[in-house]
Parts: sequence; structure tokens; C-alpha cells
Amino acid sequence: MDMLGYTLKRMAISVLTLLLVAAITFFLMNAIPGSPFMTEKSTPQQIALANAKYGLDKPLIVQFGNYLKNLAKGDMGVSLKMQEGTSVSKILFGQGKFVLSMKIGLLALLVAVIIGIPVGVLQAYYRGRWIDNILRVITTMGIAMPGFVVATLCLFEFGVTLGWLPVQSNSLETFGAYVMPVLTLALNPMCRIAKLTRTSMLDSISQDYIRTANAKGLKTRVVLFKHALRNSLIPVITYLGPLTAGIITGALVVEQIYHIPGLGNYFVSSILNRDYPVIMGTTLLLAALIVIMNLVVDIAYKIVDPRINITKKGD
Amino acid sequence: MNNEAMNQTSEKKMTAAERAAMIKNNKILLDVDGLKVTFFTHAGQVKAVDGISYQIHEHEVMGIVGESGSGKSVEAYSIMGLLQKPGRIVGGKVTFDGEDLLAYSDSEKREFRGNKASMIFQNPMTCLNPVYTIGDQLMEALRCHNKEISKAEARKKAIEMLELVGINNADKRIDQYPHEFSGGMRQRAMIAMALICSPKLLIADEPTTALDVTIQAQILELMKDLQRQTGMAIIFITHNLGVVAEICDFVTVMYAGHVMEQGTVDDIFYNPAHPYTRGLLRSMPNLDDEKGKRLIPIEGTPVDLLDPPKGCAFGPRCEHCMKVCLTKQPPMVTVGDDHKSACWLHIKEMKELSSGEVTK
Repeated sequence: MDMLGYTLKRMAISVLTLLLVAAITFFLMNAIPGSPFMTEKSTPQQIALANAKYGLDKPLIVQFGNYLKNLAKGDMGVSLKMQEGTSVSKILFGQGKFVLSMKIGLLALLVAVIIGIPVGVLQAYYRGRWIDNILRVITTMGIAMPGFVVATLCLFEFGVTLGWLPVQSNSLETFGAYVMPVLTLALNPMCRIAKLTRTSMLDSISQDYIRTANAKGLKTRVVLFKHALRNSLIPVITYLGPLTAGIITGALVVEQIYHIPGLGNYFVSSILNRDYPVIMGTTLLLAALIVIMNLVVDIAYKIVDPRINITKKGD
Repeated sequence: MNNEAMNQTSEKKMTAAERAAMIKNNKILLDVDGLKVTFFTHAGQVKAVDGISYQIHEHEVMGIVGESGSGKSVEAYSIMGLLQKPGRIVGGKVTFDGEDLLAYSDSEKREFRGNKASMIFQNPMTCLNPVYTIGDQLMEALRCHNKEISKAEARKKAIEMLELVGINNADKRIDQYPHEFSGGMRQRAMIAMALICSPKLLIADEPTTALDVTIQAQILELMKDLQRQTGMAIIFITHNLGVVAEICDFVTVMYAGHVMEQGTVDDIFYNPAHPYTRGLLRSMPNLDDEKGKRLIPIEGTPVDLLDPPKGCAFGPRCEHCMKVCLTKQPPMVTVGDDHKSACWLHIKEMKELSSGEVTK
């Protein structure tokens, strides 16, 4: 099967995956007690009226069917509470929330990869020496510390005590506003990538083809980054899928703490408010991102290692 | 044996001897003098190579034979500057083309490797980088020493080299990955890569060991042809005496980091002086042997290099072992024109000879 056929097939499977995500999310969120219309002041009659207006009085399975039917037409419904009456697609894409989150997420991903990989290579090259030992302690700490701890420490140190960076990042108007959220979000994946790269590089460096490369008289830099690194990248690429998921979930916390009105922040509020269409829309969007990332990872395998044949079926 | 066969053997012998005599007069290309390599391990110092000396002339093919752990590969890596930690050269001198190799800086070593001398290895299956095409790896070897050459020229040269080592459809094969090559073809590609900068010396570290016998013969034939064509010198490291007889002019026999015997192929095979060499030859099957004749192995196991014997390294396994063998290392004794052997037996013989002469 060729690459195009494979990609198309994978996309069809992706749609099924998203359908499953939609079903699970839909029934789970409806299993939580409460309703978007339940406030201290609202009477049972008012709630029943609102339920009828938005079709929430129908059986769940019918509601789900209707949701899918509308979704197929590109209609993700309207917000029930947080911005009552505003369409979900407008909330997600029209108000800059998605762009804001994507900016931070992609930057964090970039920082994690661009710093993590060279750090791992450096560690492998200086294996067991002081530079490796120091970096090993740092990377282990980076993995062990939860995002909210790092975020709080950063806020206190750089935001309050030193006053170098703004405490609230808001809509990321200045460069300074980016620094803390991006670094907080990138720290954990960066350290994981560094560790993976180090382990994988140590394996590559001891391979026979590295000896061949050295025997050719190549520079150490070329031997490390051309010959050893490319062979070490498979585990790192594999991690990029879960990493994307990690960055998305990390963003929920980071956006809250740094007060960024992004998608993550809004997602949390929508769950607390039982704003069903917003929950559905956001979940599907994030799920689609992860599905796409996994597809990219599979294609990246083939680019990095010509021996991998992703389109071939197993025996 | 009939007359005709005898004539043929003597003729073959003559040519090998003639070749050896001719090569002996060539300029010395590589001079290894008392090289010592020690591995500093947690368990102690392992003297993998303990003061070996030999000379390679231009155009010479020298075989280094010895069993596993005799230090033959370590010695080759030391010359190439590929010695890995915790190994370190602790003594001796290596001179290549009049230049002191051990005094080279890191960048000079890089310039030397792959350009003036190159190396091929035992296992062609793992020696090529699986994620780059054969052509990429060949061109890289050329372009890292010759910065001016253009990509197109390098590609042309790479195709030429692949054709030279007998790979068909080289212009298509060049864009393939190592996993699309068979073992024999990979070793051919390795040879092409090693020779692409026209080195004066090729070190072949058991290049045929991992290949099956028919491919072995082909690769050996190829190396012999290429040697005759290019005139490069070859150090052929192997534990296969048959291979040595096939391709080498001179032979160095190593045991436990020491040189046991050195001589021309004829010296070593027809007139071995050292008990170890004789032991090796006796343990090798021979087509002319009577049916049912048993091979005679060398008894015992190789020495523990962490705690080597005080005297001759081979002493404890030697059937002629004398008292002196266990206490003092034997000196290198000249036993023929180009034939040297490190054994106390020669000293004993000489003493007997001279004392016999005196009494006469």
C-alpha cells in the first residue's frame, strides 16, 4: 500500500476514534449530577423549561444522536451557560482561545524538543562525567516536580520576589508573558526527552557503525549528531504522541495559574458549569489534535528509519 | 606426489618468496616499535598489547594471527586512534610514513583516519549505518577528507568504487540502504568506502570471519585483486590460517599481547620456529592428511591477562617448557633471513651448537 492510501486509511480510523471519544465523553458527563441551569435561584419549572428548549428533556441516546447529526453538519451547538446562546465553534475559534493555547502548546513542544534532545546527546557523550551527573539530577527533578509546583515557585520567585516577569500572563501581549507559561509547560516533557535521548544515544554510540564513522575520520560532532542521533530518535518520536497529550493536560493547570484565557482554562470552567456542548466541543478538538499528532509520529518513523515499513501488514 | 604437482608447488613457493624478497626492499610505511596498550579496568590493569614491534613495507600484505584475546584488534585500533576507554597506549612508538602517529593531535588523527589509512571490520551486517544510503556513506567518507569535491563528482567516484568492488548496477545500488544489501555486498561496500580516499594502508580486522565460506573466498579474492591494482599495504588480522596463506606476504603470530613469531608466509607455514606456531598449524585440518588422522589441539586455555605469567606467555601451555620459560620473557631471536621467533629453545639450541663447536 502506498503512503497516500495508508494516510487515508488512518484518517478513516481516526474518525472512528473521535466518534468513540465523543460517545464516552457524552455519557460520562451526563452521568455527573447537576445541570447547566441549576442555580440557587432557579425554580424546577424554569429548569424544565430550559431543558425543553435545548432538548435536554429527551432520552440521552436521542440527545447523542441529535448531537452527532448536527456535528456532521458542522454545528457544534451553542453554549448553555457560560456564554449562553453563543455557538461553540465561535467560542473555540472565534475568540482567540484556541490560538492562545496553541501558541503556548507549540512553543512548549518546540522548547522541549530543541533543548531536550541536545541535552540528552551531551549527557550520553559525557556519560558518567560531572556534566552528565549534574544534568541527570536536574532532569530527574524536572520529571518529579508537578507543573503546579513549578508554576507556583516560578511565580513567587520571578514574578513576585525578583519582579522580572509579569505575574499574570493574560493574553500574552509581551514577550515576558510567554516565558513562564512556556517553560513551566515544557519542563517535564523536556526532561523526559533528555532522558530518553540519553539512554537511546548510549545504545547507538556503542554500535559498530559508529566505529565505522570514526574510522572514516569524521568529526565528533558529525558522528554524534548525524550517525548516532538519527538512530536514537525512534523512542523520542514515539514519545511525541503522549507528549502532546501531556502538554494539553498540562495547559489546563498552567493556564489557570498564569491566568491565561486560553482553551484549557475555559475547558475547566465548562466542566464545572456543566456546559455540555462546550465540554463536547473542546474534548473533540483536543482529541483530534492528539490523533493527528499520532499520525504525524507514524509518518515520522518512516522518515527517520527507512527500514520501518508502516504500510506493511504484520504476518 | 608426482613430479608435476611438485613442480607446481615449488613454482608457487618461488613466486611467494620472490614477492616477499621484492617487498622487503620497499620503503617502510608503518613502523610499530614496542607498542604497549593497557586497559585500566576496575579489576586491574589488563596488558592487552605488551610491547609488540613490526614493520610494514609499501605494498606489503601482513597477516596478524592469534587466538581471541591475543591483542591483535586492540593493536590495530591503537594505530588508527580508535582505542576506546579504558584502553590507553602506555608505551612504544608508531611511525607512519615518517610521522609519529602517537604525537598527532585529535584533528591530525581524524585527517589520518580514512584518508592515509583506513579500516574494515568483522561484521558487515552492523558496520554500516542503517538509516543512510550506501552512497551517502561512501560520499561522506570522500567528502570529509576532500572538501573541494562537488556532490556530483563524489557520487561519480562512489559509483566507480562500487563497480570496482564488483557490485552490479552500481548507479542504482548507490541509492539503496544497507538492509537492501546482502552480507557479502555490505562487506564489498565497506571495502569501497575504505578505499575511496586511496589510502596507503588498509587494516582489515577479520573481514571474512562473519561471512559464509563461498563469500569469504570471493571477498579474499577481491582484496587480493585490489591490493595488486592499487599497491596499498594491508594488515590482515585473522585467526584463520588458511586466509593468511591465501593473501599474505608476511605473518606475525601473536599470543597474549606478545609477538611470538614473525616471518614470510613460507617461513611460518613450512618452517615454523615457535612451539605456539607449530601448535597452531598442527591443530589445522589439512587435505593431504590421512583419513581418520586426529588434529592435535594446543592444551590449556589462553592466559588471564589480568595476571599474566612472569616468563613466556605461552610457557604454561608449551610442551617444551623449561625452567627459564616460567621466570624470564624470551628475547626475539633471528632464526632466518626475515624470520624471528621469541623462544628460549632457540637460545638453548644456539648454546648447544656453540658449546658443541667448542668441544669439537
